[in-house]
Amino acid sequence: MPTLQIREAIREAMREEMVRDDKVFLMGEEVGHYQGAYKCSQGLLEQFGEKRVVDTPITETGFAGVGIGAAMCGLRPIIEFMTFNFSAVAFDQILNNAAKIHHMTGGQFSVPIVFRGPNAAAHMLGSTHSQAFDSFYAHIPGLKVVSVATPYDAKGLLKSAIRDPNPVIFFESELMYSVRGEVPEEEYLIPIGEADIKRPGDDVTLLCWGQSVPTALAAAELAQEHSDLSAEVIDLRTLRPLDTEAIIASVKKTNRVVIAEHGWPYGGVGAELVDRIQRLAFDWLDAPVARVCYDDIPFAYAENLEHLSIPQPEDVHAALRQVAYRD
Amino acid sequence: MDLPDKDAPLPETLSSAGKDETLHAYREMLRIRRFEETAARAYTRGKISGFLHLYIGQEAIAVGTSLAMQPGDRIVSTYRDHGFALAQGCDANACMAEMFGKKTGLVGGVGGSMHFFERDKGMWGGYAIVGNHIPIAAGHAFASKYLGDGAVTICFLGDGAVGIGPTHEGMTLAGLWDLPVVFVVENNRYSMGTPLERTLPAADITSRAPGYGMVGDRFTVEDPFQVRDRIGAAIRRAREESQPTLVEILTYRFRGHSMSDPAKYRGKGELEAFRASDPFERANRALLELHGMTEEQLEAIDDEVIAEMDAAAEFADQSPQPDPDYRFENIMIEGEG
Repeated sequence: MPTLQIREAIREAMREEMVRDDKVFLMGEEVGHYQGAYKCSQGLLEQFGEKRVVDTPITETGFAGVGIGAAMCGLRPIIEFMTFNFSAVAFDQILNNAAKIHHMTGGQFSVPIVFRGPNAAAHMLGSTHSQAFDSFYAHIPGLKVVSVATPYDAKGLLKSAIRDPNPVIFFESELMYSVRGEVPEEEYLIPIGEADIKRPGDDVTLLCWGQSVPTALAAAELAQEHSDLSAEVIDLRTLRPLDTEAIIASVKKTNRVVIAEHGWPYGGVGAELVDRIQRLAFDWLDAPVARVCYDDIPFAYAENLEHLSIPQPEDVHAALRQVAYRD
Repeated sequence: MDLPDKDAPLPETLSSAGKDETLHAYREMLRIRRFEETAARAYTRGKISGFLHLYIGQEAIAVGTSLAMQPGDRIVSTYRDHGFALAQGCDANACMAEMFGKKTGLVGGVGGSMHFFERDKGMWGGYAIVGNHIPIAAGHAFASKYLGDGAVTICFLGDGAVGIGPTHEGMTLAGLWDLPVVFVVENNRYSMGTPLERTLPAADITSRAPGYGMVGDRFTVEDPFQVRDRIGAAIRRAREESQPTLVEILTYRFRGHSMSDPAKYRGKGELEAFRASDPFERANRALLELHGMTEEQLEAIDDEVIAEMDAAAEFADQSPQPDPDYRFENIMIEGEG
């Protein structure tokens, strides 16, 4: 099986869907002539032309809204945010238009659109460019929210997102665009809303998504090696709708849960997970659910300070030991 | 702003119009005015809640615009949207029922006064966050250009919306990409309760048009045919040359911003001066002075229209509330769409 980087998997997903459906187009800053700020769209302008690979000025609320308005007319826009930090400028378009128009119009209009780009901290970008928007968007009814961590998932889920009749927020990671993994040559789709067991285990359920997937996998390795703990690593892949069934099935098997979250703790996606777990599997829990999150502060630029604010495999390993009462 | 007084000669666009078209336009303006008055009464009786923004005084703009549109063209408007819906042929019963929060409403009671949508009538909203529909309208126009469907999008906004970000970004993209869209600022002099002297850095809003790469057109509304012709020219420019236009129409709302606004900010004599130049009254004069109609005939028309709107209120009042489960509908679409 060929191996691709995540950026290549994203590119192939877009390319295949643009070939399949001429209503699909890509719009964003530097997506065309510059070939993409992170090269996700490299070669697409050459293949599809300026009509379908549309460079924009720096106008997030403008081109997010244009995408929504075009989707209401039956087009299938892929809107690239150079980073989801800039989506804050377009937040009203996503909150009040993309997510609500189908409802607000009594079902007369749909908004089949994908907003995609890198999310969460990268490396020493300072407080305004290091934020995780998972819980912001997952909070909003009317949206689907996807977060990918492997080339295989990125391609299969992005293709599903482009075909989805609803607005989809699609989180990637700047730090992970070069991550390689196997991707089949034949076409495949991954349904939105299904978690994936990235590493089976028996002792603790370890929930993660996006950037916390490699953190969780490294922590599971540490736990096996140093603590004789077998962690079941579940990559949520979709934050809305949540695959509650898969989560609860694992919790009922392990009776212990750690949530590794690249995001702030207050009102975070992990808080929603804790709520569901305590409601649906209270009698199966042998320990309080532990969360490992970003520090609850704006990020600093300095390398050491930033590093301290982000969950590291050692932190997650400690949490695994904690819920197993190993300390 | 120079306002003609009530005995000034009728504008040429109005005086040269035939009787039938004048009567049609008059009747449509009257329908909007009586609809709004009926809604205001229903609001004071507690039948309508939330926000209610009336279009009284500005009717000639909606009616004139609809006269200039072709099937497939779209109106995207603000929360002051009733006039456009009626002018586009949306059913008065469904419009009224929407404001009463009823199942029979235009969108089943989920939208209310500010979110009128009827796709097949070219009534594409109904947006209530000031300025956030300008990029949406540009997106409709982007799709028209992409698909080559020949449709034109006409996007209305108020003078209070020209300062906010999405307006600037949407117009920037429309101008940059030569999108087939007409932006129409209905300048009714007030951004809620703040007069434009305290909101606009330059009084002439169309002075921004060249900066967006657009043609500008600015005029004081006189009658629906003038609006039809001026907006019609912009629609042609959009359809035939794929060029956007920024139109500014100087108008006036006779009521407050919303039902809770007593409009105490108006200058002395201001309302009276604008009432004297009311395009609706001018159309009334044209029918009496130029087309040989009598006061009695016009009163009979008024009685018909009042009866239509009373019936709409009765229909709305008698209609059932939405089914409880309707609140869960139209959130997500299942399957591949």
